[in-house]
This record gives sequence, structure tokens and C-alpha cells, in this order.
Amino acid sequence: MSRRVLLIEDEPNIAEAIRFLLTREGWQVETHADGADALQVIQGASPDLVILDVMLPGKNGMEILRELRTLEDMQGLPVLMLTARGQSRDREMAENAGVSRFMTKPFSNTEMLTAVRDLHAQATQS
Amino acid sequence: MRDTLTGSRIRERRQIAGLRQAELARKVGISASYLNLIEHNRRRIGGKLLVDIAAVLMVEPSLLTQGIEATLISALREAAADAVGQQAEVDALEEFAGRFPGWAGVLAQMHRRVVSLERTVETLSDRLTHDPHLASSVHEVLSTAAAIRSTAAILADTQEIEPEWQDRFHRNLHQDAERLADSSKSLVAYLDDSDSAEDRRGVPLEDVEAFFDASEHHFPEIEDGKTADEVDLAELDSATARTLALSFLKTYTADARAIPLTQIKAAVSVAEPDPAQLAAQFSVDMATILRRLAALPKEYLSRPAGLVMCDASGSVLFTKPVPGFAMPRFGETCPLWPVFQALNRPLVPIRKRVVQLGRAAAVFDCYAYAWPQFVGGYDEGPAYRSVMLIQPVEDVQTDDKAVSRVGPSCRVCPNNSCEARREPSILREGF
Repeated sequence: MSRRVLLIEDEPNIAEAIRFLLTREGWQVETHADGADALQVIQGASPDLVILDVMLPGKNGMEILRELRTLEDMQGLPVLMLTARGQSRDREMAENAGVSRFMTKPFSNTEMLTAVRDLHAQATQS
Repeated sequence: MRDTLTGSRIRERRQIAGLRQAELARKVGISASYLNLIEHNRRRIGGKLLVDIAAVLMVEPSLLTQGIEATLISALREAAADAVGQQAEVDALEEFAGRFPGWAGVLAQMHRRVVSLERTVETLSDRLTHDPHLASSVHEVLSTAAAIRSTAAILADTQEIEPEWQDRFHRNLHQDAERLADSSKSLVAYLDDSDSAEDRRGVPLEDVEAFFDASEHHFPEIEDGKTADEVDLAELDSATARTLALSFLKTYTADARAIPLTQIKAAVSVAEPDPAQLAAQFSVDMATILRRLAALPKEYLSRPAGLVMCDASGSVLFTKPVPGFAMPRFGETCPLWPVFQALNRPLVPIRKRVVQLGRAAAVFDCYAYAWPQFVGGYDEGPAYRSVMLIQPVEDVQTDDKAVSRVGPSCRVCPNNSCEARREPSILREGF
């Protein structure tokens, strides 16, 4: 059974590039571009991993993550957060919200693939 | 201030001219030992002897007598005060500037540049935090850069890529490159604007303050009897800015009628004006006299006068800047300013000497007064406003216990132990 990633990113060309990269790695990639109903989409899709942008229309990625972590069955879901704001306080805020990995734009493809592989490996081991 | 450096300048010029002390002394008819005393600033010099020496040295006498520009000395003094971990010989500052004017100029110029860059960092940091336009522009640029980086890396690194994907990524790259060019241009245009006189354009209150600043907060036509409605407001772009300006000008007009210019000029020319005494003399309230003093032509007062007005919510309604007293652009000021404390004691004039912490740590006399702007009616509390006149004080010890410590705003205030702090200072992060 293939691994499934849900990519929540409103920037279509970033989403397309990530989709291409992860598909080649054997991931089944589903994309979503709106923050407002992102929580429901995550719950409905039950992915193995979520890549979540911070600046989303409708609802901020940080809020989505906070709400996600209040759900009992979503505590261990690996979430890789993408943001253009890499200041220490943003990182701290993401960690407090329960992020698994935090990545600042612009990132390299290798960095992204390594993060996804690591997070998935950690999740399957635990 | 007595110029103590004429002798040093003579010595410097003599050496430049390649003359020995004895030669110069002989040419102007004095002994070498006397010239030596002059050159070491131990004898004053002026009159014919100075003219003769200048003639031999082939320079204007004024070049020898004019001190090093006060701005240079003051810039060097500031540089010495701001130096971290380095103790400059401040006592020898004038001598240094006199003997090495070129190096002194370079040092002063570098210090001015550091100060200017620090201000830019401060402004940009504040803007990134508070300016939604800038934050979203930066986000747009970084997101587009991220898309370009990923897409370009796919095209460069992927050995076999289907023609369909290749076409799609080429198209995406083209789109993103155009987007990046547009968003970068708009970002640069926005930041460039900040350095121009148009900097403060766009926010109505800031437009109005720029309009008042351009007139140095004084309107001769109103002093001569015209009404506020007759002042030309055409340069204000928005209707909101014109409405605000008219409202402030009406207050100005009322103040000017209550305290005619000729009378206040006479009153303040006698002695250092005491606002409370002047209020009694002109039978006006403290708010009127404080506003009026800030609106006088600058030559009327011995010290510059700045002004801050706020309402009971603490919102700053109007400012007139005064050199050395930082008034943050976004209105999030220090809650310890007397203008806010006056709101707790309406109708009680407050006089407070404050030091504004920060790079300059300058001392100011502040006069503040809060008054009910209107009374709503039965069972409705009055809405208060508060005004503060700010005047710089020189030659004061900043550690004087009578001097209260205030900041500009929390973000750029170095007093980390302040109980009134709202948010951490960026100064802790090394700025």
C-alpha cells in the first residue's frame, strides 16, 4: 500500500513541484489550497504525513496545527510546516503548536525530501 | 565657547607649509619661544599678529580662528559615547580633531553612517512586524523564490523527465520569474518611497503631520486674522487628511485668538517661559498654553518645543517632533510618558524631567495636562484628552534621581527590567 501525503499549499507552482518530487519517491500526493476547511480535509484523507503551509487563505496554518493536535487520533501525525517567516519566534510558535519539522522558504528539494523521509521513518518506527 | 585650538591650527598649517617655528616667528617679528607658547594654545592670539601669521602661511585668518565645525566635534563626541568596549580619550577630542581633521571627518562620517543604518534596521524591523503590506510583499517574494528554486532544481537534477512535465515546469518557471520580477519591483518601490519626502504619505494623520511639519507648525495667515477654512489644504490628498488638518487648524486658530502672537512674544522674551504662569497671565487653561508654545516660531523660544496629543485610549492624535525625542512611527509609544500619566490626574498640570533611554539618552522637560474634551451629558463620563510639551535640557546628569526614565517604545527600549514593558525589545537581539 502506497504512502500518502496531504499537501496543503495555496501556491500552485510550489505544490506542483512538491507533488512531482514526492510522486517520484513513491508517495501518493493529494493537494489542497484552502485553510478554512483544511482540518476536515486532513481528517477525511487520513494521510501518513501532512505538509502544511503557514500563510493560507481562510485559516492560518499555525491555527490548523493547533486544532489538529487537540484531536485524539491526530497526535502522532507527522506535520512538516512550510513558511516564509523563519524568525526564531515563528519557529518557537510552531513547536508550541506541535509541529514535527519546520522548514523555511525557499528550501532545497533535497532538504524537503530528506525531511519527508525522516518524518515518515520516525512515524513508522514508533 | 572659547576657541582653544587656534594655536594647534597654526602649528599644523606651519608644518604643512614646511616652515620651522623659528622661521615663522622671525617673519612675523616675534620670538620662537612665544610662537611655541601660541602653538601649544598657552597664549591667546588675535589682531594684527594673527593676520600676519595667516599671511605668511598663505591662508585666510578665519581658517585659523574658526573652530573645527561644531557638528564634527559633536559627531565625534557621539561616536565616543556609543563605542562599546572602547574608551575614547574624550578630553583630547578637540586636539584630535584639530591635528587630524581628515581622520576625524572619516570617523564622524562612519559614525553617522552607522547611526543611519541602525535607524534603517529599526524602521525595517518595525515595519516587518507592524506593516501588513510589507509582510505580505516579503512573503510573496519568498514564496515565488521557493517555487522557482524547486522547479529549477527538478529540471536541472532529474535525469529523465517526461516532455509533458518538462513543458509544464518551463511554463511555471516563466510565470514565477515574471511574478518575482513584479513583486520585487513593487517591494523596492515601496522601500524606496520610505527614504523620500513622500515617506509618510498614505496614512491621513501622517499626511497631516507632514503638512504641519512643512509649515514648522506655525501659520502666519491665521496669526494675521484669516480663518482655518482659508488655509490652503490642496496638497493633502485625501478627504480624511483635509478633515483632520482643518480640525487641528481650528484648534490652532482658537489658541491664537486667545493668546495673540505679539503678546506671547513679549511674555516669552523676558524669561524662560513657565507654562503655568503664562496660562494664568493669559487666563487660559494649560492645554491652550502648551499647544500655543509648541506653535510659536522657533526663534521665540530658547529651546525647541515638541508636542504630543493623545486621547483617553492612549492613541496618539498628533505630534510635533523635537530633536532627540523619539516618537515611534506606529503610535505604540512608551506608557511612562507624562502625557499618559496626566490622564490619571485630569486638570492637574504635570511637570516632569525625563530621560528617554536609547541611543542618545537625552533629557527633556515635559509639561503635561489632561482635560475633558467634552462632557456627554447626565451619567456619561467626560472624554479626556492629554497634551504634552517637550523641551530638551542640556548639561544634565542622566543618573539624577529627579529624572524619570522613559523609553521611545518597547521594541526599541533598552530597559529590559521595565515593569511597564508590553513586548520584548529588539535591542536584546543584538541591534
